[in-house]
Amino acid sequence: MQVNRRLVFKTFAAAGAAAVAKGTAEARVRPTAAPDAMGLLYDTTRCIGCKACVVACRQANDTKPETGNSPGGIWDTPMDLDGDTKTVIRLYKSADGAQWSYFKAQCMQCVDPACTNACMLGALKKRPGEHGIVSYDASKCIGCRYCQMACPFNIPKFQWTSNWPGIVKCELCRHRVQGAALTKSGGFSHYPAGHGPGCAEVCPRQAVIYGTREELLAEAKRRMAESPGRYVDKIYGEFDGGGTQCLYLSHVPFDKLRLPTLSNDPVPDVQQTIQHGIYQGFVAPVALYGLLTAVIWKNRKNPPPSSGAGEKGAPS
Amino acid sequence: MSERAQAVGGPIFTRPVRLFAALFAVGLLMILWRLFAGLGATTALSDGYPWGLWIAFDVVVGTALACGGYAVGLLVYILNRGRYHPLIRPAILTSALGYTIAGISVFLDIGKPWIIWKVPLFVWSWNLNSALLEVALCIMSYMFVLWIELSPAFLEKLAEGPESGVKRFAQKTLPVMDKALLWIMGLGLLLPTMHQSSLGSLMVLSGPKLHPLWWSPFLPLLFLVSCIAMGYAAVVFESTLSTRFFGRRPETEMLAGLSGAMLPVLGGFLVLRFGDLAFRGKLALAFAFSRFALAFWIEIALTALPLVLLAPAARRRDPGNLFRAAMSMMLAGAVYRFNTYLVAYRPFDDVHYFPSVPELLITLGLVSLEIVGYVAIVKLFPIIGGAPERATAHS
Amino acid sequence: MASTSYAPATAAAGSFSSVDRRDFLKVCTLAFAAIGLPYEAAAKAAQVVAAKKLKPSVIWLHFQECTGCTESLLRTSHPDVAELILDLISLDYCETLFAAAGHQAEAALKKAMADNAGKYVLVIEGAIPTKEDGIYCQIGGRTAMQIARDCAEKAGAIISIGSCASWGGIPSADPNPTGATGAPMILKGKTVVTIPGCPANPYNLLGTVLQYVTFGTLPALDEKNRPKFAYGRTIHEQCPRRPHFDAGRFVQKFGDENARLGYCLYKIGCKGPATHANCSVQHFGEVPDAWPIGIGHPCFGCTEQALAFRVALHDTVDIDRAMPPATYPPIQAAQGHISPVATGIAGVIGGALLGAGIAASRKLGGPPPDKTTGAGKEA
Repeated sequence: MQVNRRLVFKTFAAAGAAAVAKGTAEARVRPTAAPDAMGLLYDTTRCIGCKACVVACRQANDTKPETGNSPGGIWDTPMDLDGDTKTVIRLYKSADGAQWSYFKAQCMQCVDPACTNACMLGALKKRPGEHGIVSYDASKCIGCRYCQMACPFNIPKFQWTSNWPGIVKCELCRHRVQGAALTKSGGFSHYPAGHGPGCAEVCPRQAVIYGTREELLAEAKRRMAESPGRYVDKIYGEFDGGGTQCLYLSHVPFDKLRLPTLSNDPVPDVQQTIQHGIYQGFVAPVALYGLLTAVIWKNRKNPPPSSGAGEKGAPS
Repeated sequence: MSERAQAVGGPIFTRPVRLFAALFAVGLLMILWRLFAGLGATTALSDGYPWGLWIAFDVVVGTALACGGYAVGLLVYILNRGRYHPLIRPAILTSALGYTIAGISVFLDIGKPWIIWKVPLFVWSWNLNSALLEVALCIMSYMFVLWIELSPAFLEKLAEGPESGVKRFAQKTLPVMDKALLWIMGLGLLLPTMHQSSLGSLMVLSGPKLHPLWWSPFLPLLFLVSCIAMGYAAVVFESTLSTRFFGRRPETEMLAGLSGAMLPVLGGFLVLRFGDLAFRGKLALAFAFSRFALAFWIEIALTALPLVLLAPAARRRDPGNLFRAAMSMMLAGAVYRFNTYLVAYRPFDDVHYFPSVPELLITLGLVSLEIVGYVAIVKLFPIIGGAPERATAHS
Repeated sequence: MASTSYAPATAAAGSFSSVDRRDFLKVCTLAFAAIGLPYEAAAKAAQVVAAKKLKPSVIWLHFQECTGCTESLLRTSHPDVAELILDLISLDYCETLFAAAGHQAEAALKKAMADNAGKYVLVIEGAIPTKEDGIYCQIGGRTAMQIARDCAEKAGAIISIGSCASWGGIPSADPNPTGATGAPMILKGKTVVTIPGCPANPYNLLGTVLQYVTFGTLPALDEKNRPKFAYGRTIHEQCPRRPHFDAGRFVQKFGDENARLGYCLYKIGCKGPATHANCSVQHFGEVPDAWPIGIGHPCFGCTEQALAFRVALHDTVDIDRAMPPATYPPIQAAQGHISPVATGIAGVIGGALLGAGIAASRKLGGPPPDKTTGAGKEA
């Protein structure tokens, strides 16, 4: 018995240590943004709050207006992103009203997303040839909502009012891109009109533009250099949470806009390091299973003195 | 102690059982409502709190309380403490029921319950990065493993029944089961180790949205330790009540020993919990004036209470004291898990959740179902040992 | 020049030179701008018409109506569209403008139809009664149905002007004693361009006719055969009072302070959000603000069969495709709600469990009872 116990503890400890050591030594390979990764750049100083993007998004994605919040149902007034709304313009105002800003919310298309690491069957996934867009496949979604728990930006929304609900989030109008050739113009990668992200196409002030992540970063830096002091000295999404493909320039601090303060480590890093450390190649579980079975087998052969000799091995 | 387990016998639908059956009937109505009207209409869940009572209680707390089979299994089969053997069968029964309830809850909680089969069968779509996939597959298989582990109890009963095909089947299957159980028991210990720790891993991914008093890379380990403690407590709780209720000889000796085994587990948990907080430099948050700190200290107090109650060896033989300690420990684990999944989960400031009436009634109904199922199975099949002194007086 | 326009159209025909080229080009441009054709097209139209002296024959039929559409056409002021259209086309039959009467007029109709078979433009104004074989509207002993079918037979293009001709209009309002209906319903199988409105905006007719004259084609039509250039959008979409709607500033009743301030008329029954027409950008008779909303009255939906003369004047309509208002959601919207009933029930359950647990643990102090009555909750 004593031997067994020691053996068990030793093995558990060894397995644990191995897992941890493996985890730290072999840190997970972090995904990086592909050169063709597409995204958006939103600039709070340019946005005039016209909501053309919100309307264009509805048309491009054929989502139905939400009139429930307005008296008489005469306006489309989503209070937030939700099961029918993929983008929304919010208004931030400081308590004294002196500082204010619009804010366009939509999926950030993370370089290393938490949601794709959460999703059981890969309904949310970065699929090859889709420019790093986190795309959604309803046929693989069972509605578990772990992506909602995981997303640090609270982007994926659930169709609560439906009885066959799925997840709704911005997919950068990937359905419009099909078959459209990407051309380069004015320093940006462009789709033919009507094929790019609806919001960016209609924006009257280039407050939201689209292009590859590299182009957008360059443009953001250009704008910052052009107008010193106009912006907070940071491009949100350049490094935050491992980087995002949708980027923000702002004249008010980003936390005021309720963008979470994240470290530069990808959000799924810790969990994935732990899980892959433990389950690398499924070696540890198999080994543990073998060990457990061996110990049970041995114990059945040598029943402890305290128990009845004729006792059955089965859990009786 | 080595006496065989025996069916309790007697009528199943006694007055208390009828009450629980009625509660389940109410729950069933609510279940139908949920299935027809959808989640938005029947639950208080929102995009702020996508997971609520069903996940936090029925699954996360429920399966931990159903870890009695796992915890006692570790003790008996791995640490070779054969004297606890009589506790195994009732523990596995509660585990099987608990996991089944959790399975039903998951079925109700997901948006498209009718395609839940895709999770185990769409092998080519499996996202091996998903901790939830691991939990789902583990829990699904463990549910089967538990019922298989319990099957000898049913087979024994059938083998003693009137001559029939069923009886011959049972008689033939029993020895096969006996051999196969070695491999099944191994699984029965492996699977909870995997998914109970992964229940902790799940919330590691919510990192930025989880209060730092709870978020920790050690969540998997903390969850594993807490489930073992909760499993022991649940066995003490269940055994105390069932022996009392069914007039069986109290297993106080055994339970006292068991509770002795709980002390290091609980102590370990506390050391790990505080060590982790100190290591991450977040301990100060526990002394802040906030509801998080309050929730934290309730959790710690409930964890520490059984340590105090059970510290003197003599007091472990007091059934009342044992029962109180077990309750406190179950509650501690439940609060810890509730805190991690609901209280500490703060996606943003202005977000509220409290389970809706249908959510509550469905959970209540499912727990009632578990109780009815326990009583019925215990009365019909040989689960509990320690037959009454006046043998088979009840009938 | 004004006097010539009231002479018989047949006599007036050929007096194209009475309009100077610049005026003509201006109107063409205006009309083509309405259809969405470029300036070059207007120039081409002017050229084509001037060079070839191309004057398509037009037959204009009047049935059950008030002649308001003709009146509004004639009252267009600057430049004088009425003269233009009369000079531009050869109006071979039109009861309102004809000097001829009786058999003479009928003969003119027959001649025009025979001379220009397959090329003439048929304009129908007014509803067509169908009850009792259409006896409620007869001209020269023939019912409106017969006349319409006859004339449509060899027409190059058929245009029904006004709501009456488009689907029945006022004559078809409940209880519709004459069984009035529109030309498209009588002329099944033929393309009938409908230009509904009560009255129809003359520029929409002019644009359609000009396109037919110049290019021999009809403008793009919607599912109700209305030219898309005029009926492609709702009044609401291009309404000058739209900002008031978006900001939630409404007239609450006629003549109130908000009405004086020019606020949105939606709440007192404006049908603009459901009415497809271009009145908000193409005012009547080129008089600024000469259209219902412009003079402070709600749009009554005259171009929509489902609205005009069917929905009460001051009932509000559903918004076709709601758009965002001028307000914004907060930077962080609240999520979730707590039901007091649920907290109550949870409290009761929790209390019961705790109480049962404590009671059970108390009883466990002694030896086990023989009877099973003292059990805790696990029963």
